[in-house]
Amino acid sequence: MEFTGKTWKFGDNINTDLILPGRAQLFTEAEQLRCVFEGNRPGWIDEVASGDVLIGGHNFGMGSSRPAARSLRNTGLACMVAESINGLFYRNCVNWGFLALECDGISTAFEEGDEAKVSFEDFTVNNSRTGDILQSRLVPDILFNTMKAGGVLPLLEAEGLIAAAE
Amino acid sequence: MGMTAIEKILAKNSGQELVKPGDLVVVKVGTAVLYDNNFVPSIWRDILKVYDPERVVVVFDHRVPAKDIISATAQKTGRDFVKKFNIERFHDVGAKQGISHVLVAEHGYALPGSVLVCGDSHTCSAGVFNCAARGTGAPDMFYAVTKGETWFRVGETIRYDFEGTLKSPVSMKDVFLHIADTYGSHANQNVEFGGGALPSLSINARRTMTTMCAELSAEFATFEPDDVMLDYVRERNPAPFEAQYPDEDANYLARRTINLDKMEPLVALPDTVLENSQKVGDVAGTHIDQAFIGSCANGTLDDFAAAAAVLKGNKVASNVRLLVTPGTQNIYLEALRHGYIETLIEAGAVVTNATCGACGGGHLGVLAAGESCITASTRNFKGRMGDPDSKVYMGSPATVAASAIKGTIADPRDFVN
Repeated sequence: MEFTGKTWKFGDNINTDLILPGRAQLFTEAEQLRCVFEGNRPGWIDEVASGDVLIGGHNFGMGSSRPAARSLRNTGLACMVAESINGLFYRNCVNWGFLALECDGISTAFEEGDEAKVSFEDFTVNNSRTGDILQSRLVPDILFNTMKAGGVLPLLEAEGLIAAAE
Repeated sequence: MGMTAIEKILAKNSGQELVKPGDLVVVKVGTAVLYDNNFVPSIWRDILKVYDPERVVVVFDHRVPAKDIISATAQKTGRDFVKKFNIERFHDVGAKQGISHVLVAEHGYALPGSVLVCGDSHTCSAGVFNCAARGTGAPDMFYAVTKGETWFRVGETIRYDFEGTLKSPVSMKDVFLHIADTYGSHANQNVEFGGGALPSLSINARRTMTTMCAELSAEFATFEPDDVMLDYVRERNPAPFEAQYPDEDANYLARRTINLDKMEPLVALPDTVLENSQKVGDVAGTHIDQAFIGSCANGTLDDFAAAAAVLKGNKVASNVRLLVTPGTQNIYLEALRHGYIETLIEAGAVVTNATCGACGGGHLGVLAAGESCITASTRNFKGRMGDPDSKVYMGSPATVAASAIKGTIADPRDFVN
């Protein structure tokens, strides 16, 4: 599994209330998507394209348990690579099926707009412009399999533990 | 090799002898708390099997009573779920109403040495009871409720020892702001609290600290067990438990001592509590439109007492709205019996029913663009309490009450000793 896409850069401590504002908590998934980063980067939601890659700083996704990772997945982003991912947000990436890696040095290795090649075979990230190849932290199988499968809900559905999505 | 308290709890509940940083553990879930946000139409999926209904707690707290049709729909879905699986520990609108983390404390749901999960980020609150309590996402909760287990990545642990004595009106909120200001993020780390000052700290005060550890991005926050805590749990829940004490040779990433004698009122500036606080005197005079005391961190009887002590005989400034929200209806009743509610209302405060309310900008005190609020609640992110162009300062309940009187950020020591 490998993705090649244009990068969008975000800084350290990007919080869940920026990704998905509180006012959108009761919205539908489609309505929530329209609010992504409206407070810190208005208009971005119209610029991001399917297959793009988000580059994040330290402690990406700090804050609340809200389904902010689902909204990022719904933008069409192929995946994200951050210096580090907040523990709660990481759970939500796994469980909502949004591919996410942690990689030291990623935010200095990329300028916004650089093309990234992200491999989910060996968990490396390649900057096409500079030729730099960075090694991300490995993702344990049990978590990666859930992430790849689209999150935990399809798995629970297949086991007959929750109802199918309407 | 010795283990920290949290490592021992995770080892015990994953059936392992030893757990260390870097491990991924699968643990038995002792208590799974569902709340109204889980039942919102864009999240909820009908649960077909429950692993063990006796391990499930259902609470409506974010928007109670229902503030709009979607909230009402979510709560109706929740009631149907409770009925279908005969969930006994259910906190609907009414006498048992409250914020999930405060109810977990009030009813002794978090047993020492056990694992508790809830789909709200401030679940670390229950770490005060020597419980591995963690906020998770909604899908995690579907997994925990249907399969009875969950996974955790094990991080390093930072140990804080409290020494000395807190001097009123300085509170644990100020101590927390000091830790957040001095040491910053604790992402992917656990925090463990103990020290000689422990017996002097109430469970409410300790729980303010563990709840706020979500703002440090900590994985788990836990207190070393002591008799005050163990008696508190036993008085509320007859179930047996095994508290987990840290080993003497536990391996901490760092060990820090906090001298409570030296603490003073602090105020966090808007957008984050991390490395972003000032002494109250340095921001005194800053304009505010609203003042709020409440949430899972500061809606306790201790917080009502602190606010009432400052507000007694004073009036809220005409330019300020002071909103006070108890953590549970039971706390509301206790505050009424102690006379705190009368003091607050006479001063000009609005006391609301128990709910998360203004803390998350959900209802009961939302900010407009350009407005500023000083809050004794959990979080001060940009836009947290309303419009993205509003500002949220954070202080203790005493500091918030003093600020409401002055009409600008103010030092509580100007009103009480």
